[in-house]
Amino acid sequence: MEWLQETYLTYQSTLGYIGLNALLALSVYTTLSCGQLALSSAGFAAIGAYAASILTLNFGQSFPVALLAATALPMLVAVPLGLPVLRIRGVFLAIATIAFGEVVRLGLVNWDYVNGAQGLVAIPQKTSVWMIYLAVALALLLLARLRGSKWGFALEAIREDEAAARTMGIHTTVYKLAMLVLGAALAGLAGALEAHYSFMVAPNGFGFVRVVDMLVFAVVGGTVAYYGPVVGAAFLTVLPEVLRELAPLVGIEPGPLRFLVNGVVLLSVILFLPNGIVSLPARLRERRRARSVTA
Amino acid sequence: MSGQQVINGLFLGSIYALFALGYTLVFGVLDILNLAHAAVFMLASFVALTLVASAGLHILLALPLAVLVAGLLGLVLERVAFRPLRGRADSNISGLISSLAMAAIFEAIAHEIWGPNVARFPFGTLTDKQLHVLGGVVSRLQLTIIGVALGLFLVLWWLVQRTRLGREVRAVAESPRAARILGVDVDRAIAASFFISSALGGAAGVLFGLAFNSVSPDMGRSVELKGLAVIILGGMGSMTGAVLAGFALGLVEVFVVAHLGGSYRDAVSFATLFLILVLRPRGLFGAPSLREA
Repeated sequence: MEWLQETYLTYQSTLGYIGLNALLALSVYTTLSCGQLALSSAGFAAIGAYAASILTLNFGQSFPVALLAATALPMLVAVPLGLPVLRIRGVFLAIATIAFGEVVRLGLVNWDYVNGAQGLVAIPQKTSVWMIYLAVALALLLLARLRGSKWGFALEAIREDEAAARTMGIHTTVYKLAMLVLGAALAGLAGALEAHYSFMVAPNGFGFVRVVDMLVFAVVGGTVAYYGPVVGAAFLTVLPEVLRELAPLVGIEPGPLRFLVNGVVLLSVILFLPNGIVSLPARLRERRRARSVTA
Repeated sequence: MSGQQVINGLFLGSIYALFALGYTLVFGVLDILNLAHAAVFMLASFVALTLVASAGLHILLALPLAVLVAGLLGLVLERVAFRPLRGRADSNISGLISSLAMAAIFEAIAHEIWGPNVARFPFGTLTDKQLHVLGGVVSRLQLTIIGVALGLFLVLWWLVQRTRLGREVRAVAESPRAARILGVDVDRAIAASFFISSALGGAAGVLFGLAFNSVSPDMGRSVELKGLAVIILGGMGSMTGAVLAGFALGLVEVFVVAHLGGSYRDAVSFATLFLILVLRPRGLFGAPSLREA
């Protein structure tokens, strides 16, 4: 038991970050599930993180109130953002939403009230690991419920062929906007939880690199299943830790080579497992069946 | 706007334009955003620096060699990260990620070889003689950079508009399937556009490193997103547009820094980018297209 407790304490922070990254990956997945590559999640996470931190730090509000505000505010921003932006498609949507994220980040950098580029510090630690996982569980439950429902089928139809879906009478804009708003809520919540988990927020933590990370979690895990992004976030959050432990054992010095391995793993997954890690069991089963047939 | 600001803006703009040209060339041909472009930009700068500092080459000799290395990196990139994905339905998302993985690998290699710190070109790489033009002061370094950039624009224009290879690349950009039917070696044309694209990105990297006399593994970050702004502003796939928009961004940045302060420089360019995408997605010089927007 003591051993278990020790291990838990060592990896507690990693455990929390797995959950936070899973929420952020899910926020990118929501729009991906209807075929839209929107990279606005870092911007929404920033809005949520700052809203919650300002409320708890400067206005002495309780944590639940702060979390609620951090979830609601990005949703309100997502509507006027989504209406014009969701008309754009493909890589252009990605770039427009990257630009949105950069405008949010640079706005925070230039906002003296929140200390500009240095960000807010000494945020009260209010987030426990169970809260993060409760949020992940609720998000998964919601996305699982969507599957097989009228909504789920509409999203799939839009992903496969947007023009055809519209012809079938599916109001594509409403669905796409709803998924963007849902993603914004998840990102905002994740941002607020993270701010009260790590005690600080800074605008540069919500830049382009961050949102690309979220996309990578989602795609590496697999966007064919709603739980794929969670698997991807867990895998890629744990990987650097594992590599750090393993590197000395195989004689590699810790340092830049770790990032090299990270890049190679990412590349291999995207090249050899097009549907992400979650498709691995099915592929192995298929291969075994193929072998037993030939034998 | 004073003459000095115009000179500085043109100088900065020529680097942005070179970087964006490479970006937009690959985008025009493949509809894929190559996120490793900034990493090639950085590696080329390091290669030039090493050739000058360790091998003692003159910078005007090191530059073409570094550009060649960048072009070869482009071929590697195409072979490893893009060719295997061709024909996959989600190739523009998966290509984004595989290029990102390559960028991480390139950055790790640079870290391993040259360390994380900022490196500088040895003193006197380009003698800093001052000349007076347009009522402003311009250094020989700045003139060389603008000159090299203009020279490369002309070479690229000739290559794309006047040669057989350029015709093939344009045909593939229009429709890979039709090009294949007409007997174009599509794989070769795509590899060639990656070579040219990365060579241009590499040239931009060397010039950027010289201009600010600072070379570091993360130097690509600062131009990566600006390059995006430039290709959107100029119209995706439009090379004239990329050049004009590159100069425009350079001039606007210098102007904003002079009149609003340095911290607003990037905010202005991204706000513009956002507005352009919403109001006029094909950019200022892009042709109307049936596919986008």
